[in-house]
Amino acid sequence: MWDYSEKVKDHFFNPRNAGAIDGANAIGEVGSISCGDALRLTLKVDPDNERILDAGFQTFGCGSAIASSSALTEIIKGMTLEEALKVSNQDIADFLDGLPAEKMHCSVMGREALQAAVANFRGEEWSDDHEEGALICKCFAVDAVLIEETIRANNLTTVQEVTHYTKAGGGCSSCHEGIEEILAKVMAERATAAPVAAEPAPAQAPAAKGKLTNLQRIRIIEETIEKIRPQLQRDRGDVELVDVDGNTIYVNMIGACSGCQMAAMTLGGIQQQIVEALGELVRVVPAKQAAHACGGH
Amino acid sequence: MDPIYLDNNATTRVDDAVVAAMLPFFTEQYGNPSSMHAFGEKVGRALKNARRQVQTLLGAEHDSEVIFTSCGTESNSTAILSALRAYPDRREIITTTVEHPAVLTLCEHLEKEGYTIHRLKVDNKGRLNLDEYRALLSPQVAIVSVMWANNETGTLFPVEEMAELANAAGVQFHTDAVQVVGKIPLDLKNSKIDMLSLSGHKLHSPKGIGVLYLRRNTRFRPLLRGGHQERGRRAGTENVAGIIGLGVAAEQAMAAMEHEQTVVRDLRDRLEQGILAQVPNAFPTGDPSNRLPNTSNIAFEFIEGEAILLLLNKVGIAASSGSACTSGSLEPSHVMRAMDIPYTAAHGTVRFSLSRYTTAEEIERVIEAVPPVVEQLRKLSPYWGTKGPASESFAPTYA
Ligand SMILES: Cc1ncc(COP(=O)(O)O)c(C=O)c1O
Repeated sequence: MWDYSEKVKDHFFNPRNAGAIDGANAIGEVGSISCGDALRLTLKVDPDNERILDAGFQTFGCGSAIASSSALTEIIKGMTLEEALKVSNQDIADFLDGLPAEKMHCSVMGREALQAAVANFRGEEWSDDHEEGALICKCFAVDAVLIEETIRANNLTTVQEVTHYTKAGGGCSSCHEGIEEILAKVMAERATAAPVAAEPAPAQAPAAKGKLTNLQRIRIIEETIEKIRPQLQRDRGDVELVDVDGNTIYVNMIGACSGCQMAAMTLGGIQQQIVEALGELVRVVPAKQAAHACGGH
Repeated sequence: MDPIYLDNNATTRVDDAVVAAMLPFFTEQYGNPSSMHAFGEKVGRALKNARRQVQTLLGAEHDSEVIFTSCGTESNSTAILSALRAYPDRREIITTTVEHPAVLTLCEHLEKEGYTIHRLKVDNKGRLNLDEYRALLSPQVAIVSVMWANNETGTLFPVEEMAELANAAGVQFHTDAVQVVGKIPLDLKNSKIDMLSLSGHKLHSPKGIGVLYLRRNTRFRPLLRGGHQERGRRAGTENVAGIIGLGVAAEQAMAAMEHEQTVVRDLRDRLEQGILAQVPNAFPTGDPSNRLPNTSNIAFEFIEGEAILLLLNKVGIAASSGSACTSGSLEPSHVMRAMDIPYTAAHGTVRFSLSRYTTAEEIERVIEAVPPVVEQLRKLSPYWGTKGPASESFAPTYA
């Protein structure tokens, strides 16, 4: 049984603004019966000042879908369209004193219906490109599609990295097996796709097999980083090797690369290439100064 | 008004006599049945009696064919993993698309480890195609695991016939009988079923006690190794009180079998007909002509199951649903999908499951309560017009 707040129960058992309103001039329809939830939002908007005079909803869905729809109409009545568009899923959830993680998508539907209604009022096309996968991390409501895309985009290789990028797995940790499976799948694809990569295959590939001296390792690391640099310089950034300490490789991210998000993505990419060249697992981390540059966020 | 419990396929009330029989085994007869003293000896005798009671309910030839486990899930895992270890060269398993997660999830896991899983499909009434099954039986198959009755729809599978076929092909046959034990008379000694799982909490005994029936001379590899309990086939000190409770519950189930087949069945039929007569765009799922006497699963079009359950709960009626939203997944139950239930109804299925405690007054109250709940939700639904479906006029931007 879901742990619904009193507010959710109230809005489910006594929905506000249920039904379509007469004389609506903004209609948003989202969802589908095959997905298990759908919402039709009808608004009456004052054409002079774009204020929402009245709102009504019709919802096919579970208790929290109905409660979220009811909450949405209560929140946006009296707002201008501009203001209403700023209402986030979190605002809807907060209005209801929270929703279970698995039910956050219900509040997303409300927001989408609102966007669709505004587009309808303004005579624009509204299209939805969001895709939802199976919920993997229940603590932070992260689904499989988001995890997979993040792994792909950032060349992630460990559960820990996935947690850092998406929060998935950062709570009770019961989903780590699920995250590992997605990682394994993407990494397998990467392995088969590798030969077609634009970069020439590293000359040291066979070296991966034998045991390398520290000097050999550092040389390979240097060569790999040298190969990456032109790419980064094109984006007005750069990277330099600072130190190698066992399995940890310290680098400095310079210029455009030192912004947090970009740096993290680039580090992942560099790490991936060094791992391939060395044939061993290493971690590439920013040296102290570079890490400092991110601290301001 | 007292709440009405129509979710007996999920779990059941422990019978008062069962509780009473269990209590002394916590306080007075607390000995370990393996011990060499009077405390242990008495308990050992009580266990033997319970084993006989379960043997009788199953119609098993020997009481040593009854192995006590911790639950239905453990029994299922033990059976399937045993066969894989007993026949290491056989890399295939035959099961169905509609098993309980206790089998389904294990098989998915085994698939990742390299086993080939054949999942028999069902038609829109939840029935198997035995030709498909026959064609898959081969010396590569380590085990067939097919549920006797489906927990969501109550639909029965012809497992006795399927066991004969497996036996003729030299393949072990296991059935997850968690939903049938106590509801349908069993006669395992005259069948070719090698292994069978049951779970105590589905037949009015406590949660956390189960049984694996293991036909004598069936090749077996234990899941839990350790002490010599259960003849070394399931190590670990016995859940004595649970076993005693299950024994009494087994005896009571034998006595109530007739009642289950007549009174409970009639109440179930009355409930289903009563609802369907009043609610348009609703239909029973599964195979109404071949199912458990206590189960009715009804699909209500254009509304969602969790919302139905919440409103029923408010008027004191407990049921369950295969809707996606009750489980937190985005898909309706795998059973409904396997049967290809039209998508207009797949999210709106409600399972009513009765027991011998269910009364005629309760059923009348439910028949009265359901139609207004359905109507209330349909009024909110964009797919429902003033009188009937409005799906033609409602076509959202994405599907
Ligand atoms: C068909 C079926 N198999 C297995 C189980 C699992 O039994 P247990 O809860 O004892 O592990 C259930 C109960 O939910 C069931 O309905």
